[in-house]
Amino acid sequence: MSLGFIGQKLGMLRLPNENGEFEAVTVIYLPPMQVLEIKTEEKDGYSAIKVGAFETLKRVNKPTKGYFEALSKLANKTITPKKYLKEFRLKEGESVNFNVGDVLNVDLFKNGEIVDITGITKGKGFQGVVKRHGFSGGPASHGSQFHRRPGSIGAHTFPARVWKEHRMPGHMGFEKVTVKNIKIVKVDTDKSLILVKGAVPGPNRGVLYIKKK
Amino acid sequence: MINRGEVLAKIEKEYMTKDENFKVGNTVKVYVKIIEGKKERIQVFEGIVIDIHGSGLNRMFKVRKMVGQIGVERTFPLHSPSIQKIEVVKTGKVRRAKLFYLRGRIGKASQLKNVLESQN
Repeated sequence: MSLGFIGQKLGMLRLPNENGEFEAVTVIYLPPMQVLEIKTEEKDGYSAIKVGAFETLKRVNKPTKGYFEALSKLANKTITPKKYLKEFRLKEGESVNFNVGDVLNVDLFKNGEIVDITGITKGKGFQGVVKRHGFSGGPASHGSQFHRRPGSIGAHTFPARVWKEHRMPGHMGFEKVTVKNIKIVKVDTDKSLILVKGAVPGPNRGVLYIKKK
Repeated sequence: MINRGEVLAKIEKEYMTKDENFKVGNTVKVYVKIIEGKKERIQVFEGIVIDIHGSGLNRMFKVRKMVGQIGVERTFPLHSPSIQKIEVVKTGKVRRAKLFYLRGRIGKASQLKNVLESQN
C-alpha cells in the first residue's frame, strides 16, 4: 500500500561501510518514472497510481502509441512510450497528490531507508528434491545405492494416495519473489542509482520493483 | 539502456583510495586502525609481501612475518579504510610473483637478498 519504483538490477559489488568493513551491495538503476494514470476512490473504488519507466527504443505498435498519445493530450505534456508499466496501490486519498505526466526520481529515497524488493528469480530448470526443497539425500558411499532420491512419498492403505502439495522434483526458479526489509546504503541522484545491502532476486539486468514502506 | 560494467566500475573507483606503492618481495609496514570498544589505535604489521592478487577494489595482498618460530600471515584488502598507510622498508630480490616457498624455510634461508634502490 505504498509507492513503488521500477528498476533494473545492474550487479553486485563489495564496498567498505563506515566501520571499515566490506559488505555486499546490489546496484539498482532507477530511471525517472512517469505517472500515467491515477485511480481514486470515487471513480475506481481504490487509490492507486499507474507508472511507466524505461523508454522504449524499439518500434511501438499502434495501440500502444495511441494510448500514450491520449495520455499526452490529457496531461498536456509529451509522455513517451514506456517499456515497463506497473500499478502501485496507495493509502486512501493519497493518489490525488499526483498528476498525470509527473516525473518521479530517485531522490524520493533516502540513505538508510528500508524497502521491499520484488523480482523474478533466475530459472533453474527441472530440479531434484535435494536442490529444490533442501532434502538431505542419502549417503554418498558404503553401497547405499540411495543418493539424491526423494524416498517414500506416503503411507499405505491409508490414505492410499499421495497428499496434495507433497514436495517433489519439478521446475525451480523463475518465480516472483519479494525480499522484505532491505536497507538502502546509498542514493546516487546524479546517476539515478540506489545501492542496497545484500542480494535481490533475479539476474543482472532483471526488472525489479522497489516498494517504499 | 545504460552500460552496466561502466557504471559498476565507476562506483568501485570512488572507493579506491590507495596507490599500490609496493611489490612482491618488499618488506612493508602496514598501519592498521583497530577499534577496541570505543577507543581507536594503530597497529603496525611488518613483514614480507608474498602475494598480490585481485583487481579493482578487490585487490588484496598477503604479508608474512616470523613471530619467534611461528610464521604469521595476514591478508589485507588494499583499499580497506582501516589501513592508514603502507610503508616500504626494504626491497627484496625476487624472481617470482608469489613467494609461497618461504613458508617451508626457516632461519637464514627465509631471508631475501636486499636490492639497492639504484638497481630497481
